[in-house]
Amino acid sequence: MDQLRTVEGRAFPLGRKNVDTDVIIPAHYLKTISRIGLGKGAFETVRAEPGNVFDDPEYAGSPILIAGDNFGCGSSREHAAWALNDMGIKAVIAPSFSDIFSGNAFKNGILTVVLPQEAVDRLLEVAKTDPIAIDLEHCSVTTPFQDRFEFEIDSFRRNCLMKGLDEIGLTLAMDSKISAYETRLATERSWLSA
Amino acid sequence: MSTKPTSNKPRTLYEKIWDAHVVDRRDDGTCLIYIDRHLVHEVTSPQAFEGLRVAGRTVRRPDLTLAVPDHNLPTTPRRAADGSRLPIADLESAQQLAALESNAPEFGIRYIDATAPEQGIVHVVGPEQGFSQPGTTIVCGDSHTSCHGGIGALAFGIGTSEVEHVLATQTLLLKQSKTMEIRVDGKLGFGVSPKDVILAIIGRIGAAGGTGYVIEYTGNVFREMSVEGRLTVSNMSIEGGARAGLIAPDETVFAYLEGRPMAPKGAEWDKAVAWWKTLPSDPGAVYDKVVIIDAAEISPSVTWGTSPEDVVPITGVVPDPDSFADPSKQEAARKSLAYMGLTPGMRMVDVPLEHIFIGSCTNSRIEDLRAAAAVAKGRKVSSRIKQALVVPGSGLVKLQAEAEGLDRIFLDAGFEWREPGCSMCLAMNPDKVPPGERCASTSNRNFVGRQGPGSRTHLLSPEMAAAAAINGHLSDVRDMMGGR
Repeated sequence: MDQLRTVEGRAFPLGRKNVDTDVIIPAHYLKTISRIGLGKGAFETVRAEPGNVFDDPEYAGSPILIAGDNFGCGSSREHAAWALNDMGIKAVIAPSFSDIFSGNAFKNGILTVVLPQEAVDRLLEVAKTDPIAIDLEHCSVTTPFQDRFEFEIDSFRRNCLMKGLDEIGLTLAMDSKISAYETRLATERSWLSA
Repeated sequence: MSTKPTSNKPRTLYEKIWDAHVVDRRDDGTCLIYIDRHLVHEVTSPQAFEGLRVAGRTVRRPDLTLAVPDHNLPTTPRRAADGSRLPIADLESAQQLAALESNAPEFGIRYIDATAPEQGIVHVVGPEQGFSQPGTTIVCGDSHTSCHGGIGALAFGIGTSEVEHVLATQTLLLKQSKTMEIRVDGKLGFGVSPKDVILAIIGRIGAAGGTGYVIEYTGNVFREMSVEGRLTVSNMSIEGGARAGLIAPDETVFAYLEGRPMAPKGAEWDKAVAWWKTLPSDPGAVYDKVVIIDAAEISPSVTWGTSPEDVVPITGVVPDPDSFADPSKQEAARKSLAYMGLTPGMRMVDVPLEHIFIGSCTNSRIEDLRAAAAVAKGRKVSSRIKQALVVPGSGLVKLQAEAEGLDRIFLDAGFEWREPGCSMCLAMNPDKVPPGERCASTSNRNFVGRQGPGSRTHLLSPEMAAAAAINGHLSDVRDMMGGR
């Protein structure tokens, strides 16, 4: 996975709340057996709306997306994160995210930034005309107008993102602990091993 | 390992299951959690198996993993008259199903074939086979894994990277969630089903109300509920934002599981039951949040918008967007009503329909079909309904329903009686609601385009869906239950 320390550039000012993963990538795109190429189906229903932010040349190629509460709710489909990746989105800013989506985003090197609604409203305003900068080292979001918002992020996730670590590899290195647990499980809850 | 506490502090059901599954605890509070049961289906697994293959990794515990195709399968007959298997017309669906069919044996995983009587929706199959058990951690690359919380398992949906992580390590790195108790005491009114209970709960807490929490449903309403009803309730925990729901395992659950093919047998059964009995929350256990709902206040309900939180009693009207305090909710409601083609003040019972869907991991078990059949019996589906589908949750549910004659009731009334699968809940197979048309659906999501591009969905209970089919519009099932 690529290392992620800063994300700078324009942002799609989507703003709306409860953006579910069916909106991010509709079910008829889930039949792929690959992780790439889903950008073409991303936000299909939003793109059908005249004047939507995704087809506005002003925001073409933006690496940041700004949304409302509960972004990524609904289905667990990781295709939502793959679709954002395919669009070139490196970070999403919102007042809250669904638990499953934020995990999927993290595992695909996408940073989810949680900020209070007032800060998100200000960034939505700035995004219409100017770029935004996210610094994962200092956990801050800044604008060319001296705005500065600090965010909190799980330290493990931050470390993995900044170093581009492979989580499965990290866990497999703990094989002896998993084996010890399984040995105890085989006696204490023996009915679980069919 | 055992649920032994680290202190004498009373613990919740969630905390006991969590403690029993900690393999390793990191300084930052993240835990490596052991996974007892992993359900795999065709949509969210191909990229995970591909990842294992590329890295040269194997499946650590194939014996704890069960693969079943469900999302893409057509619900039309799967075998020709001569017994040969019928091809799947959609090439992408066929490719995805074929990938699971070859990945399962390649990695040594048990696989239930599309034509086996045990096949069905993963969340129906798990409990039905006794694969899902109380006190276990259960994951699946599907958000409705929350369903299995109905039998007292800590069950939650995961993404494909996590599917790969579980396949390779049988663990997940997780942070402990906060706990929310949702207590419903009292007596449910006439015609009020488990679906109405969970819709009322989501209407109360909102679609993001449970984000970051695991919900435990407590109170006499859940204690008195069947296992099928509990699975319906816990299934939709995710629609309230909670990754998992839980209902304390009890004699009702033990009686349901005993004798099922993958449930423990003999001395192992006794040992399991003894452990399961230690799981319910201790008296005095503290939840981070408590929500109390009076059972008597819950009515048969339907959704009006494009979020599962958009719930009103069937006796209610389409709300005015301006009636919401939150400006962003006002805007969302305006968009929803435009999409749904509804106007504020319209009575819900006046909403006309073109489609009926009785099925999905929320409401496709035998009790659901019995409830719908009781309303449909001796009646006819309205001529305005273009299609009324009944899709059993598994082949075994279908056989049971046929043994009880429910298929005849549905067919005589004008419903279609289909093969098991996810079907019109998410329209990955050929069962779709056409653009601009309206469906009364027993499924779990009324999102924009969920049942097909441009489709309009009203969520409701199986008995309410049957009533809607007969009348051709949303209906109060209580008006049709008199004297029955």
